[in-house]
Amino acid sequence: MLDFLEGLGAATLRVLDRLGLAALFFWSVLRRALGPFQRPHLLVQQVYFAGVRSLAIILVSGLFVGMVLAVQGYEVLQRFGSAESLGSLVALSLVRELGPVVAALLFAGRAGSAVTAEIGLMRATEQLAAMDMMAIDPISRVIAPRFMAAVLSLPLLAVIFSSAGVIGAYLIGVELIGIDSGAFWSQMSASVDFRMDVLNGLFKALVFGVAVGLIAVFEGFHAAPTAEGVANATTRTVVIASLSVLALDFILTVLMFRGLT
Amino acid sequence: MNRSKTNVAVGAFVALGMAAIVFMALKVGNLVSFDSGAGYRLEARFDNIGGLKVRAPVKSAGVVVGRIESITLDKQTYEAVAELRIRPEYQFSADTIAAILTSGLLGEQYLSLDAGGDSRYLSDGERIVKTQSAMVLEKLIGQFLYNKASESSGEKK
Repeated sequence: MLDFLEGLGAATLRVLDRLGLAALFFWSVLRRALGPFQRPHLLVQQVYFAGVRSLAIILVSGLFVGMVLAVQGYEVLQRFGSAESLGSLVALSLVRELGPVVAALLFAGRAGSAVTAEIGLMRATEQLAAMDMMAIDPISRVIAPRFMAAVLSLPLLAVIFSSAGVIGAYLIGVELIGIDSGAFWSQMSASVDFRMDVLNGLFKALVFGVAVGLIAVFEGFHAAPTAEGVANATTRTVVIASLSVLALDFILTVLMFRGLT
Repeated sequence: MNRSKTNVAVGAFVALGMAAIVFMALKVGNLVSFDSGAGYRLEARFDNIGGLKVRAPVKSAGVVVGRIESITLDKQTYEAVAELRIRPEYQFSADTIAAILTSGLLGEQYLSLDAGGDSRYLSDGERIVKTQSAMVLEKLIGQFLYNKASESSGEKK
């Protein structure tokens, strides 16, 4: 019994300790978040690694998600004789939910894990300590550019994902199944509102970018300086980032779209 | 990879992102088709607005001419008051009829404006007097049953 209580107490303290560490770290990153704009080449390089290199996976998965939505949506909609609403179904689900969420999940898997591994290895090989010795602040030199790159890239990736999805749905719905192309586009633009849907989707993606970016750099920065520590940190980044994206998405959706319909 | 190539790639990435936002705004969203700021306001009162919602289209002969801006309940008369915003290029005569219709069998409800023959046009803030409320399915069925019952009782006599 005492053992159980002791274990529970130790686990709680460990979690609280980690949370406190994370909060302090997030604050120190956020304070230096505008720093990378003074050294744009660092930022550009990170946007290249995080954003540009994710383009292929985002474009291809966006296209496939749109195509699958079109096939499945058509299957259901044509039962009610409203196959023309396919455009609005696909566009609304992509712009409001799937675009930001799936782009963020893919981004966490592709770019977030890479950032964690890179920073974790820098810590394991004591490059970060060496920077500190040379009076270079590793947070503004290494962490902040990677964090800002995630914040800037994810909204762009999300909207590119949604566009690719809409084009995929167009290819399946209009070119293959044969829905009228005029009805497809007009139903879509009648139901999608730029401010309420597109901008809210972009805002979601921005929040996800902050979350994924912070988690990735935190896990890397505080990884145990061993091969196993880096491996664990990378796994944790993907798991925690994906879970927080899904949880944040629920909260944001409730805040944004409640009382809209 | 040297720095200028990276710059080009990032520039292309940002340009693609911007293009996607513009695509969303112009083709997917309805940013250009109607800005909520422009146009003049009309008011229409209904006994029952059915499923009409704020931002539902206002159509005349099937063409979207405006949107519903707000729906409130008049505290004195218990009528629904719908505020419409009509695009400035469209004018409607004073005896225009406003009716709540449904697009398709299961589609969304919209407000239809049928222009009359009056030579005076409605201007900002005026009220459309002639209105036709939304059809409520339960009432229709009730009416139908009532008619059927009275028909059959008439046959017996």
